[in-house]
Amino acid sequence: MLKLLLSKTLALLATVLAASLVVFVVLQVLPSDPAALMLGTEARPDTLAALRHQLGLDQPGWWRYLLWIGGLLRGNLGVSYTYSVPVAELIGARIGVTLPLALLSILLSTAIAIPVGVLSAARRGGPADTALMAGAQLGVAMPNFWLGILLILVFAVGLGWFPASGFAGWDRGPLAALHSLILPAFALALPQAAILSRVTRAAVLETLGQDYVRTARAKGLTATKALWRHAVPNALIPVVTIIGLQFSFLLAGTVIIENVFTLPGLGRLMFQSIAQRDLIVVQDLVVLLAGSVIVVNFAVDLVYMLLDPRIAAR
Amino acid sequence: MKRLFAAAGLVTLLAAPAFAAKDSVTLGMQLEPPNLDPTGGAAAAIREVDYLNVFEGLTRIDESLNPHPLLADSWTLSPDGLVYTFKLHPGVKFHDGAAFDCSVVKFSYERAVAPDSTNAQKGYFEPIAKTECPDPNTAVITLKRPTGRFLYLMGLSDSVMISPASAAGNKTNPVGTGPFRFVKWVKGDRVELTRNDSYWGKAPALKTVTFRFVADPTAAAAAVMAGDLDAFPNYPAPETLDQLRADKRFTVAVGTSSGKVIMSLNNARKPFDDVRVRRALAYAIDRKALIDALGSGGTPIGSHYVPGDAAYVDLSNTYPYDPAKAKALLAEAGVKPGFTMTLRLPPPAYARRGGEVIAAMLEQVGITVKMENIEWAQWLDQVFGKATNFDATIINHVEARDLDLYARDFYYFNYKSDAYKAIYAKYIAAADPQEQIALAQQLQRQLAADEPAVYLYAAARTSVWSAKLRGMWVNGPIPANDMAAVSWAD
Repeated sequence: MLKLLLSKTLALLATVLAASLVVFVVLQVLPSDPAALMLGTEARPDTLAALRHQLGLDQPGWWRYLLWIGGLLRGNLGVSYTYSVPVAELIGARIGVTLPLALLSILLSTAIAIPVGVLSAARRGGPADTALMAGAQLGVAMPNFWLGILLILVFAVGLGWFPASGFAGWDRGPLAALHSLILPAFALALPQAAILSRVTRAAVLETLGQDYVRTARAKGLTATKALWRHAVPNALIPVVTIIGLQFSFLLAGTVIIENVFTLPGLGRLMFQSIAQRDLIVVQDLVVLLAGSVIVVNFAVDLVYMLLDPRIAAR
Repeated sequence: MKRLFAAAGLVTLLAAPAFAAKDSVTLGMQLEPPNLDPTGGAAAAIREVDYLNVFEGLTRIDESLNPHPLLADSWTLSPDGLVYTFKLHPGVKFHDGAAFDCSVVKFSYERAVAPDSTNAQKGYFEPIAKTECPDPNTAVITLKRPTGRFLYLMGLSDSVMISPASAAGNKTNPVGTGPFRFVKWVKGDRVELTRNDSYWGKAPALKTVTFRFVADPTAAAAAVMAGDLDAFPNYPAPETLDQLRADKRFTVAVGTSSGKVIMSLNNARKPFDDVRVRRALAYAIDRKALIDALGSGGTPIGSHYVPGDAAYVDLSNTYPYDPAKAKALLAEAGVKPGFTMTLRLPPPAYARRGGEVIAAMLEQVGITVKMENIEWAQWLDQVFGKATNFDATIINHVEARDLDLYARDFYYFNYKSDAYKAIYAKYIAAADPQEQIALAQQLQRQLAADEPAVYLYAAARTSVWSAKLRGMWVNGPIPANDMAAVSWAD
């Protein structure tokens, strides 16, 4: 266990370092000058030079990389070029939107997908299975931004139950904050649930065909009991793998949904800072996301061990 | 099912604000400001939040671009046109309690031209030789040469008054003398302002003003229709305007802006260095059809100036749509049919969609257009910054009265004309308003004759707001949302 933890931590550091180098080099190659973007089309050369000097952009690239990495190691993410505030503060505020949103949608998607997948596996070939899997097919095909717009039109513009966009903020109470996250969470969760329910169905179908399920039935368990006690628990490993992948996707890939619902989350921060060439923010975000993907993968490995003690014994 | 509806109703109730006389306004903006200091960045979004709300200058610019007294109650100009004596409004205080007097004027203007200044319009302050303070309420500004536009320039957002005590923090915590004070900025979401109860002038009707940043046009339309936003100046979703016009809850206002949408040509590159080619391109484009195709409104123009400004002269018929004439001119200049040019297009619809329309029109006169979509940062770096690596681009020059662009030694379209520079020198020195207008018109004619860029249309400014809202600016000649005079009808 300790060895596993150590090797995972090393892998985390190595990956983050590699990611930092790649993103830094790529951003240097990109045609851009953050100072020119900030000062616009009327700026004079001496004004541009003054701003570049203030931002530290007049120093050589390798030195800026070392400064940045040195800062990261000491827990200093640097100061945003455009906003002129510490990047840690920016990211901190945005995580408060993106993380709850990702958690809420993963909860929703799991809560929908597992019962649907298990039910359609149990009723394989029946009308319930056909209907549910047709629904899932539709869900897979539906882009989440389109679903988002549809939800806004029906529940915000039409019925007025939810705000059409924006985030109330946690300082207005958890109810108000959750209220503004419900529609985006559904828009993210439904397509994910569609994928997850198909995976669940396939996994449960496979375990249903196993000898131990037949044995369980032979020793007198009802079909339902055999399903929930033996088939479902053994089908969970692929399901957990997909949930882990989806969580990483949700953390990093909320760019579009955050734009559709105008939520001030990490995805929009990433989008804005790329457009404005706020390079230091982009660099920090890439490192953060690379790190979080590795952490999520590690958490998934731990869950494997819980689900299947043989993995830990190995 | 009933229970579900009840639960949803409960959630709605919890979220609904208490009923009271409405004294707050929430405005939508597409772009978030990068910071909140109008003297430290060019972004229009900074001004749309701050200007005349938080920060004020010696003069103010109204909806028709005329300067009026603001922090300066009155002024006199010496007969040689070199010395302005401003009488400052007494007893004005910044939001943090710091006093406004002549030392602040001196500080603000000297800071703008300092070597480490990051004022995007440093050139505005270049004519100032010195600022002197004979007494706290009098500012005497001596110019190096007569500058007819001085009162106008000092009224713009780049010239607002900054207190020495708060100058360093204005990017994140702006402190001015205006009718509203800054409350907070939730990055990526909104900026909140509240009424300055100790304002020196007329107290505004609104208690709070919130600017919300909604980048996506579809989301903007939904937020307006759902009532999340009370107003959206520069409304970004023209395809929904008909629906909003039919809805009694909204006012759709179409006004003018200072934006000139032009197809800039690289005058240093063959064959665009030949005026016949540039004129041929102008003849080949049907401006009316282009405006109709884009659907966001506008007026055809023939030079770098917009209708609605006093000095405007209508030159839109200098090169009427005439493909045959275009072909003849191209043949005369030796441009063979099948000539290929590259059109570099930044993200806005006027460029991307407009580029497609123009490409089709140029195809008719035998020019093949290669369209290249680029993002803003690339546009600024490659087209604007280096100015060598492009044939043509489509761009909206939003700055008001920016005839100086063509008089610069270096500017990205590489236009060089001694005749233009000579008229321009007279124009900026002219003190008499009538003479200034006459010279501005000469400059416009010179541009129309030389056609360094193909002048397409003056962009309209379309805004949507609640039918009960009063006092919003219909025209937007400069980026601003002046909220001091805005109120709700009962």
